[in-house]
Amino acid sequence: MDTKSFNAITHAHVWVLDHQEALDFYVGKLGLEVKADYTRGGFRWLTVGIPGEPVPEIVLDVPGPPVMDEKTAEQVRELVTKGATGVVMVLRTDDCFGLYERLRAKGVEFTQEATDHGYGVDCGLRDPFGNQIRILQPKSWQG
Amino acid sequence: MLDSPPVSRAVEERNRRMLRARDAMDRGYAQPLDIPTLARIACVSEAHFIRTFRATFGETPHRYLQRRRVERSMFLLRESDRSVTDICFDVGFTSLGTFSRTFREIVGQSPIAYRRSSAPVPGAVPTCFTMAWARPSSFGEDGR
Repeated sequence: MDTKSFNAITHAHVWVLDHQEALDFYVGKLGLEVKADYTRGGFRWLTVGIPGEPVPEIVLDVPGPPVMDEKTAEQVRELVTKGATGVVMVLRTDDCFGLYERLRAKGVEFTQEATDHGYGVDCGLRDPFGNQIRILQPKSWQG
Repeated sequence: MLDSPPVSRAVEERNRRMLRARDAMDRGYAQPLDIPTLARIACVSEAHFIRTFRATFGETPHRYLQRRRVERSMFLLRESDRSVTDICFDVGFTSLGTFSRTFREIVGQSPIAYRRSSAPVPGAVPTCFTMAWARPSSFGEDGR
């Protein structure tokens, strides 16, 4: 009864349209670091995460064969570019206003500016493909 | 890892531009956003913009924006004690008559009646989630 089923979330998955473009954004602009990058044959295992933190790793995955046929991949790309994938991740910070300004200066496309909502300060942005990301500075985290 | 076929690429780029215009409405609903402005954001002609937006998201940009404004007014009616007139202008309507008519048409009751019948959303629900889910649905209705 008291035994926990799980003890961490180690990996999560995001569809991207291009690995290099994803790296330019998630590493080059957001400042995440590459955790794993392994290519063999037709597939590439590419993950990013918070520098210095072992988990979670975000798998940046490009839809296509042999995982799915080209028609299905096209449907996935359609959904991503329409913004229909929902919020793919929420990243925590201790300075949402400052980070918002710094990322904006780097040309990150924001959907909502940094705003104090009572439960904390947050802002919203899109990756280059259409996935939505939120940045949150929870009130309890502000000390 | 495969390159997308050119036709698919064109669709994706078009979707992404339409999404950018939709994001602009979610962000700038309080401003006087018109079709020329939005078409410019989407990098297409005005006629093409309305048609393509509707094909992409299932309703016209005008209707999308109206529903965003009504959703934000519902939020303010629930969570603030600002007057109906103030809220009407806060969310981007330019006349109280249009606001009341549109609100009633979409929500099914007047702003005042809505305010009386609604409790605030619990603080644990993030605003971005409320904003996405509390926008009155247009689906099943012919986009206008």
